[in-house]
Amino acid sequence: MTLTLDAPRIVETRPLLEVHGVSKSYGPVQAVRNVSAHAYPGEVLGIVGESGSGKSTLLRMMNLEEIPETGSYTLDLPDVSGNLFELDRFARRMLCATKIGIVYQNPHLGLLMKHSSSGNVAERLLVAGERSFATLRQAATEALDASEFPLDRLDAPPIELSGGMQQRVQLAKAIALEPALLLLDEPTTGLDVSVQALVLDTLKRLQQDRQITMVIVSHDLGVIRTLADRVMVMRRGEVVETGLADQIFQDPQHPYTQQLVHAKL
Amino acid sequence: MTQVLEIDRLTKGFSLHHLEKDIPAFKEISFDVAAGEFVLLKGANGAGKSTLLRTLYRSYLPLSGEIRFHSSHGLIDLARAADVDVAHLRRTEIGFVTQFLTARPRVSAEAIVAEPLRLAGWEPEAALEAARKALATFGVKPDLWAAYPTTFSGGEQQKVNLARALILPQKLLMLDEPTASLDANARGALVARLKELKDQGTAMIGVFHHPDDVMHLIDRVVDLTPDAAPQEERDDVAL
Repeated sequence: MTLTLDAPRIVETRPLLEVHGVSKSYGPVQAVRNVSAHAYPGEVLGIVGESGSGKSTLLRMMNLEEIPETGSYTLDLPDVSGNLFELDRFARRMLCATKIGIVYQNPHLGLLMKHSSSGNVAERLLVAGERSFATLRQAATEALDASEFPLDRLDAPPIELSGGMQQRVQLAKAIALEPALLLLDEPTTGLDVSVQALVLDTLKRLQQDRQITMVIVSHDLGVIRTLADRVMVMRRGEVVETGLADQIFQDPQHPYTQQLVHAKL
Repeated sequence: MTQVLEIDRLTKGFSLHHLEKDIPAFKEISFDVAAGEFVLLKGANGAGKSTLLRTLYRSYLPLSGEIRFHSSHGLIDLARAADVDVAHLRRTEIGFVTQFLTARPRVSAEAIVAEPLRLAGWEPEAALEAARKALATFGVKPDLWAAYPTTFSGGEQQKVNLARALILPQKLLMLDEPTASLDANARGALVARLKELKDQGTAMIGVFHHPDDVMHLIDRVVDLTPDAAPQEERDDVAL
């Protein structure tokens, strides 16, 4: 067997995100079993695993949409403290609106498809309390621009846009309030390969320019390899392995990870 | 001499679960590398030269042994260091040069080369300025600096790759066949840059199929062939 790794000694900052010992069942199915995860400020954590591995459930917990039966969740941010799973609905909603951004695989989950794209982004700011129309419009435009959305289509509703453009609107909405944490649930699945590359590039650029901490869930190893610093492999609700991205791909330890990596074309 | 790296009985092998097989790579390798020292790894194909470099960089996890690195934060065992510490050291003190560029769509050559400086906290303009200088040194024409390397030929990509990999002076540098597919001018620039880094105190461990170009930089040869004499002084070896 390999060596057990030490606790960090050089990096002294605390993880921005820490999830500890979370479990969640749906009826007889245990979706997530005693999972712990962390991400350091500015780090991109990739979570891979096949359908049903619990990776999306875990991400929804990080977005406080799903509350586990056991476990804790902390974000190391000014004026955020305690186990976030214990917040009431209102506090949860406020925290999500101001500190966390999310991009779903299915744009219908994140967007109002018949409202204008800029309106979709501005809605985020409204929730956070912004009321001036000029400020809303300005901030929405800036976020869409940073997501590389064509500004001549600001007023087009997402339903009229291509899949790649819809993901950019979601991304703009997610980053409009400069969140400390960006969650991505299969953000490029279902897009054409060329569009996929552009969306990935936009994400990479955002990450480098703004140093946002990201957690990205995907069954697509190429996506994870492109973006993640560190990778966590999940199977049947449990974490089977974590490591530096290049180590997971070049020297996977667990039989399941080996199978996963070798199955990639 | 200031020690940079102490490799102590380092062992690596791979367990291929689907074949139920353990494949040994190298066993109980020990040697030290000092600041400004250039160590050439020798051994037949399959002796584990590249595997050793990747293990030192922690792309591979060792089975046993220690990799004691004298970092600017003190002594740390890379065999057991936390992932986040390894990631930090890779951004600041430990470099790895391969013959492959990981080009990304829509990122210009100068931005790719400037990236390590940006990550180390340089201002955007200063980083770009240094990047252009490095590209010029490796013989990449100014017209190409703002272009995307995804469309470059293999040789040009390799120059961008080297400019990027060598732009930030590191404490420890791993070189995995960096001269493959380079033209004579670029090879010259590479050797000159390595000399410069060596004089500044970078410790280097390299694998070269044709070490002629770097011959004058080599201080020591470590033979990974099993049962070979573990270390030989540079002067005694016919390569």
